[in-house]
Amino acid sequence: MIEVWFLAAFILIIWIILSTVRAVAGPTLPDRVVALDTINTLMVAIMIVLSVAYKQIIFVDVAIVYALLSFVATLYIAKYLEGGI
Amino acid sequence: MLPFIIATLDAFVIYLVLTAGSGEFLYFWSPGEFVMGIFLSVIVGAISRNYLCRSRNYRMLNPLRWLKFIVYGFGPFFLAMAKANLDVAYRVITGKIRPGIVKIDPKLKTDFGITFLANSITLTPGTLSVDVDEENNYLYVHWINVKKGQEKKEFADCKYVCGNFPEWARRVAE
Amino acid sequence: MWTDYLIWIFLIIGLIFNGLGTIGLLRFPDVYTRLHAATKATTFGSIFTSLAVVTYGFSQLYLTGNSANLTLSLHTIVAIAALILTNPVGAHAIARAAHRSGVMPEQAVVDKLAEVKK
Repeated sequence: MIEVWFLAAFILIIWIILSTVRAVAGPTLPDRVVALDTINTLMVAIMIVLSVAYKQIIFVDVAIVYALLSFVATLYIAKYLEGGI
Repeated sequence: MLPFIIATLDAFVIYLVLTAGSGEFLYFWSPGEFVMGIFLSVIVGAISRNYLCRSRNYRMLNPLRWLKFIVYGFGPFFLAMAKANLDVAYRVITGKIRPGIVKIDPKLKTDFGITFLANSITLTPGTLSVDVDEENNYLYVHWINVKKGQEKKEFADCKYVCGNFPEWARRVAE
Repeated sequence: MWTDYLIWIFLIIGLIFNGLGTIGLLRFPDVYTRLHAATKATTFGSIFTSLAVVTYGFSQLYLTGNSANLTLSLHTIVAIAALILTNPVGAHAIARAAHRSGVMPEQAVVDKLAEVKK
């Protein structure tokens, strides 16, 4: 049963690498921000899956804090794009 | 005083959820966690009492609204979200899109109602809220597949953009 | 146990929708349509991979009685709530910032917001 979680994390990492293509290639700045937001959400999913794979519950706490902090980061970048900072 | 109590109780409940399973007291918690939780939530409440409930409108304390919110979250909202994802899958695979930004008038009055509706329609089929007119509470919605004829109207029909979500927002948040 | 099949189903649904979100991010023509794919599909997919973890925690709690599994499930539910609350707000902020910084929707049949700005 443990291998399933590693396999899921591996597939999620493949999706992250595909999103990185958009983050590098994106023609405009908002495109890169969208790719970054997607990577953050997938990263939270990976941390939750890996917490079962490695049997470390602390990973889920890290995931919660990561989700909230990445949200703040996205809001700040959006504010910068609007010209607010 | 009421914002302080609300903030303290919220912080305490979240602390209890995050520390469940730490001991045997009341089946789930250890006594030390209880004392520490009360201490920390009083500090959090004292800091955040000026930022919570600024409009001094306590209608969300009504438990009936919370019940409606839970029913909404597991019923119509989850269904619409599943439908939205099948819709996105269809658009990703076929590439058939007809995008546009339309204006809708949901006829909501409060800030919380507008926020609730905007978050709901971002996760439901084919729509993404872009901007809000704060004076008249109009919403600007990016629609991935604009229905033929809707682009000529001043306000797009709410029926096609967001279904019956304005009624739910009115029931829960106003 | 039957929950094993449930975990498999949740994981497969979650991985498929996360992948659709990523492919939509690569395939769609402009930033707003990319936001559609990225926000909806990855939120839904991450909810389902997390639901698999919740199911695993409760089934292990039932089988072994170890209270660490209850902690795992409850913390994952809090993480799901954080995702549902923050993702649409972030998408809304990016869309608004993109429109205000002058990125217009491509192939658009109508743009009421740009008409207001003039």
